[in-house]
Amino acid sequence: LITIVDYGVGNAKSVANMLLRVGQRAEVSADPDVIQRSSKLILPGVGHFRYGMDMLRRSGLLDVLNARVQGDKVPILGICLGAQLMGEGSEEGGSAGLNWMRFRTVAFDRAKVGGHIKVPHMGWAETRTASETPLFSGIERPARFYYVHSYHFACDNDSIEMCYATHGYEFVSGIQSGNMFGVQFHPEKSHRFGLTLLKNFAENL
Amino acid sequence: MMVKTVQFSKARYLGDPINAVKVYNDKCVDELVLLDIKATEHGRIDFDSVEDIVSEAFMPIAYGGGVTSLEHCEELFARGVEKIVLNSAAFSNPALIKEASDRFGSQALVISIDVRRNLWKKPQAWIQSGRKNTKMEPVELAVRSEVFGAGEIMLTDIDREGSFAGYDIDLLASVTRSVSVPVIANGGAGQIAHFEEAVNRGGASAVAAGSMFAFAGKNQGVLITYPSEEDLCEQFWGKLT
Repeated sequence: LITIVDYGVGNAKSVANMLLRVGQRAEVSADPDVIQRSSKLILPGVGHFRYGMDMLRRSGLLDVLNARVQGDKVPILGICLGAQLMGEGSEEGGSAGLNWMRFRTVAFDRAKVGGHIKVPHMGWAETRTASETPLFSGIERPARFYYVHSYHFACDNDSIEMCYATHGYEFVSGIQSGNMFGVQFHPEKSHRFGLTLLKNFAENL
Repeated sequence: MMVKTVQFSKARYLGDPINAVKVYNDKCVDELVLLDIKATEHGRIDFDSVEDIVSEAFMPIAYGGGVTSLEHCEELFARGVEKIVLNSAAFSNPALIKEASDRFGSQALVISIDVRRNLWKKPQAWIQSGRKNTKMEPVELAVRSEVFGAGEIMLTDIDREGSFAGYDIDLLASVTRSVSVPVIANGGAGQIAHFEEAVNRGGASAVAAGSMFAFAGKNQGVLITYPSEEDLCEQFWGKLT
């Protein structure tokens, strides 16, 4: 059972619909019992980091999520804000994260981006992988994904960097460590590229 | 219900929008613009239908129709829309462009300008689904919208809409020369060569088409379609200068 964690932030339905398209039933749920029974988890989300963390705390799901992801090592895919929450914290609202992975979330450096390029970064971007990752298996290259964000991952340790995109400068757009995967882009809005990525997550992990 | 018009009238029934979205999913469309052409007239936005359509779409969606307030924008983003299209309100209440772009970022804001030429071939911007003439020149409206915070401009040629005759390149060039935000060419596309023309000669950053992706054959039967990546590469992207 794949469960899309519903903590009231963002549209989980489109992720479920895309999984259905590759023949995978996913449940959108905020029920700790359902999460306890799940073999895989997806943590979606859009919006403000601190708000997302507050909503997650308020949902009462922190314990079961920590136990499943950190203890049982259940595969989890974080999407956009959901991925950011998996790190140590964000410059957005100065809030701490779930601390599952060693990275921070930082604002786009506007000076480095350049005046003619706008933040938020919004649109399709070519996304290149750092090394072999099961999530990108079978995706045609160059891979393209749809992004909407003003903040991005920053890793001290490049061994968890999974993929990169460029917006003014190159940034880490995906991270992976053991059973945990996070992507800044929206696979559920990236048609065939996202479809293959979600299929990989559902079938190959 | 999904319809396709010619010059903003003669609405022809195309079917259920959800079915069309599913076909566009399979065709790997990069972005979809969903316009409720009755919303302004009826004074309401059908948020539930928008959400149903958005959650079935495997690509980003821009929604337009009846948006007159920040609350509308907020609700639409909460329902999963990626961008909002303003047309009537962008003319009548440009302050909304500023408020919405301050709050949500100009990237999420598309200003749609619908154009008809008058008897003397002078282009004028029309609002309310092409029912009301603002008498403002499209270039002036585009420049003003950019100043207020428009992130993108969708320029629709009502006279050519549904005609398959190609975009009005002069009109397009006049607007793209005057603003620095991306301009989407719309109205008149009938073949891939028209896309290339709009970008290379008209200065468009993106192209949109309706009828071309909705009808097929000599008798123009309804067939939701989209060019293949190979054809687009060979006949469009490969020819961009």
